[in-house]
Amino acid sequence: MHELGITQNIIAIVSENAQNKKVQRVLLEIGQLSAIMPDAIQFCFDICAKDTIVEGAKLEIVVIPGIAKCRQCGNTFDVDKPFGICECGSIEMDLITGQELNIKEIEVEELCV
Amino acid sequence: MCVTCGCADDNNITITNMENQHHHTHTLADGTVITHTHNHHEPAANVHAKIHQTTISLEQEILGKNNLLAAQNRGWFKGRNILALNLMSSPGAGKTTLLTRTINDLKDKLNINVIEGDQETTNDAEKIKSTGCKVVQINTGTGCHLDAGMIEKGLQELNPPLDSVVMIENVGNLVCPALFDLGEQSKVVILSVTEGEDKPIKYPHIFRASDIMMLTKVDLLPYLEFDVQRCIEYAKQVNPKIQIFQVSATTGVGLDEWYGFLSRRVAVV
Repeated sequence: MHELGITQNIIAIVSENAQNKKVQRVLLEIGQLSAIMPDAIQFCFDICAKDTIVEGAKLEIVVIPGIAKCRQCGNTFDVDKPFGICECGSIEMDLITGQELNIKEIEVEELCV
Repeated sequence: MCVTCGCADDNNITITNMENQHHHTHTLADGTVITHTHNHHEPAANVHAKIHQTTISLEQEILGKNNLLAAQNRGWFKGRNILALNLMSSPGAGKTTLLTRTINDLKDKLNINVIEGDQETTNDAEKIKSTGCKVVQINTGTGCHLDAGMIEKGLQELNPPLDSVVMIENVGNLVCPALFDLGEQSKVVILSVTEGEDKPIKYPHIFRASDIMMLTKVDLLPYLEFDVQRCIEYAKQVNPKIQIFQVSATTGVGLDEWYGFLSRRVAVV
């Protein structure tokens, strides 16, 4: 449910940074462990963009997989949920990647003079 | 838009100060009554926009605005020596009952004030108000959680005294509140024994984000098939550092330990 609000915020940030030019493409990074569903963002994007300079823009989402580092043995391993168990048996770990929620870049229409 | 969560200016958030004799409701959509000091046009920090032909590279965290407001709230609490806790759970886990009992039992020792979050009604705020403490109700309308901007406005209404405790009762929801820093010192997740012992691994984000877990309604354990040990194992699996209290706000079991913890936390704010 929070994806709708987050998408509204994405549109607001993109609009602020688009320098009054029409936005053609938005690239997001969403971590696999961020509790944000890319499909839901995709679903909300066109609705939220309506009547803004982002209307009609293409949304691309790069999903960043989760990687954790074990606090006991230092081993790094893949995780698909925000907890897990290392080969050494420890459950104490730090999440290295997978919690991202970033607007990576936007592409705007450049008018030739 | 001044918040990150969809509870934007036009979403009709209402704040009700239960201290006042009449319940005046501030409708922020038209910005009439509430004084809002946040500057909507201030340049967002951490934006490094560079134009390469038609591509603008941003490294902007989408929750950045909320996090900035949360940091301001945190400073506000710290400057006033206030302990702020963010209480989160699914609907019906017993947050309000635990809170009213805690306030009543600690009335003589701690000055507790409450920000109450619900989509609709002031029912919970009425219950809290009956204890005699200061309470402000925030109704989020369609919003599924509180965010830092709402807390900023709520604090202006609540005006809690120095050296006090602010309990923030979040909207009943085991998913969304985990994402939003309010500027609190600790998140407290409340799980009742009627909900099933596997909730920590089913909803890991909120248990991972919390420092404290309150297992409530333990007086009902004789009537349920709820494995307390397994529940604790699940919670520790998701968050090895989580501190767990087993309580019943009805019988009072386990509350002394919780009160002792609260009193110690207030002393070190």
